[in-house]
Amino acid sequence: MQTIHNIPMNMYLLLSTVLFSIGVFGVLLRRNAIIIFMCVELMLNAVNLLFVAFSAYLGDTQGQVFVFFIMAVAAAEVAVGLAILTMIHRNTGSVDIETLNKLKH
Amino acid sequence: MTLYLFYFLSFLAIISALMVVVSKNPVNSVLFLIITFFAIAGHYVLLNAQFLAAVHIIVYAGAIMVLFLYVIMMMNFSKESEPSKTKLSQIVATVAGGIFLITLIGALHFYDVDMSPGHSDPGAGLVGALGKVLFSKFLLPFEISSLLFLAAMTGVVLLGKKNNDNS
Repeated sequence: MQTIHNIPMNMYLLLSTVLFSIGVFGVLLRRNAIIIFMCVELMLNAVNLLFVAFSAYLGDTQGQVFVFFIMAVAAAEVAVGLAILTMIHRNTGSVDIETLNKLKH
Repeated sequence: MTLYLFYFLSFLAIISALMVVVSKNPVNSVLFLIITFFAIAGHYVLLNAQFLAAVHIIVYAGAIMVLFLYVIMMMNFSKESEPSKTKLSQIVATVAGGIFLITLIGALHFYDVDMSPGHSDPGAGLVGALGKVLFSKFLLPFEISSLLFLAAMTGVVLLGKKNNDNS
């Protein structure tokens, strides 16, 4: 296929950087734990995109296998994380991270 | 042609990622995140990773986002609106995110990746080529990931069930 020949690699680096930064920005900005969780997913996907881009440009299949494993781990992580969030909501009545300040002195 | 497609998908991904962060309603955030995931799947197709594009749509848009929607539905957020952070911490968050972005882009400028596409194998992203690598070189991680899923499933069931015995 000739598709990737037109697009410079720097574009993919830039796009992944911007997506990752938006994820970091969301984690810093929001108070709802579910939104923060979604921003973490966004960061994972930015890294995945970069993995696939490098895999395609280097002609190496192993990068795509890594992305496959990252997706598997992300699925497990989301299941456990959402269960923890459900427990937090059951115990404190909200998922606002500002209410979880028991560790703060 | 593909360049325009790339720009369109990138624009869609970035705009909807921003909307995930700024929209007030969590359900809207989930829907915008699904749009972002579809745009990223389009990028995978552009990069000749067709199998990963399909898996991405199935796993993320099909499974993970449905989990998010279920949890939001169970928690019933629609009435209560999330209290936003104070102005100061909003400004601090914006500045910190912007500085992070600028730092990364500056680092990219120093390390100029001038990479020519390697020997492009049309079938590299299909199930056959990927499965050969996955089941020969990465067989042990593949089996260990099944253990990970077992542990995650057990943990979720343990976390999610109501404990009636201790009150």
